Amino acid sequence: MITNIIPVTLDTLLSKVGEIFLQKYRLITISCTDLGEYIDVLYHFDKNYEITNLRLRLERGQEVPSISSIYFSAVIVENEIQDLFGVPVKGLVLDYGGKMMLAEASPKAPQANCPAAAPAE
Amino acid sequence: MTRQTIIPFGPQHPVLPEPIQLKLVLEDKKVVGAIPSIGYIHRGLEKLAQQKDYIQSIFLIERICGICSFLHSMAYCQGIEEMMNVEVPPRANNLRIIWAEMHRIHSHLLWMGLLADSFGFESLFMEIWRCRETVLDIMEETAGGRVMLGVCTVGGVRRDIPPELIKKVLATCDELQAHFDHFIPSILNDYSVKQRTVGVGVLTKEVALERGVVGPVARASGVVMDHRVAKYGAYANFDVEPQIEQDGDCYARSKVRVRELYQSLDLVRQSVATLPEGEFNIPVKGNPDGEVISRVEQPRGEVLYYLRGNGSKFLDRMRVRTPTFANLPGLLAMIPGCELSDVPVIILSIDPCISCTER
Repeated sequence: MITNIIPVTLDTLLSKVGEIFLQKYRLITISCTDLGEYIDVLYHFDKNYEITNLRLRLERGQEVPSISSIYFSAVIVENEIQDLFGVPVKGLVLDYGGKMMLAEASPKAPQANCPAAAPAE
Repeated sequence: MTRQTIIPFGPQHPVLPEPIQLKLVLEDKKVVGAIPSIGYIHRGLEKLAQQKDYIQSIFLIERICGICSFLHSMAYCQGIEEMMNVEVPPRANNLRIIWAEMHRIHSHLLWMGLLADSFGFESLFMEIWRCRETVLDIMEETAGGRVMLGVCTVGGVRRDIPPELIKKVLATCDELQAHFDHFIPSILNDYSVKQRTVGVGVLTKEVALERGVVGPVARASGVVMDHRVAKYGAYANFDVEPQIEQDGDCYARSKVRVRELYQSLDLVRQSVATLPEGEFNIPVKGNPDGEVISRVEQPRGEVLYYLRGNGSKFLDRMRVRTPTFANLPGLLAMIPGCELSDVPVIILSIDPCISCTER
């Protein structure tokens, strides 16, 4: 079971990621889960084979700040979250505008549980 | 100002077996930038896994990748077992190591053949792939499938390897070692191979750490990282020393994989030598609840599974981060400054698996 989880908010996310970066953690990836009522975002970091997780709870439609200016390797997974879950990510260093994984005619936000998560046309 | 040209590279390219797609920015024949395009073969497997029950998903998850399929199912089953507090029988853990390391061998051989093919060394390509057939044959004999083994399950493995086949596994290890001794000098010492790989696609240790690359790509840049050191499953009984190089170029990545071939043979032999008697799976009751992270060292590097159960037979979330996904930002740092003709070799040197990456 996951034990090492630090809760963060939209206001504290970037400062906490910055602290973790300075401690020389590696970003493994970001896992996004649409739980219906809210969206759960877990940032997984590794140091010496131990994982530290940051947990962010997002209300539907909330915009999340990108951590790609701190960890460049986040750029692909953040674009993926934007495409598949319809979560707007602000400040991406390389923004595919919701068209990285999906084509023009693809269903919008296919991994979102709630159709309302899909961005407006 | 030099005129810049942007050319599409892939997804269909004669040298690349995987449909990777890059937009290359060129100044004359020199590449000054690369932008990846992802999604060409996105299949929505994470979503589909949430619509299958947690046992059905094992077969789906094996099909995320057509090369390291067993290691996907192993990582997934390991995660479900942790969530359900299932203790896998020791024999099953050793059998998993045997099949996992055989997968590493066949994956590295597949990559090595493709690398030889990418710079036109076709006789070496055929020699290496002929050797790879030996691994596929023994996997077929022991598991019933050549790549999609379908043997890993929650609670152990579906099939045992009987004593007569265990002897054959050991004989195959000897045969493979003789093959390796025969063709590996061609990879490491041949003039033309060195011309195409030494000093090409360099990724320094600092950039490797910053970009979060994994597996042989990280180890070839001097980053000491191999998740088998974290001693999951039967790796707890063996000492695995990460194979490290410092130069960070295509040649260093080749050397790391060459040494890992021998290391995998050793691990298969050790696993056979310490194979415990007893059952190879146990019945599992109930449904997964809670959330876990399961990590396994695949041939291309660390894979992560994030699984979230809700007490029913369906998962709320099955998330997988594959090694190539982690290595793409590193690839973007290797390409600028190289010649256009080096791009296929550099891409192959990270051993990309786009089926995994796009899921």
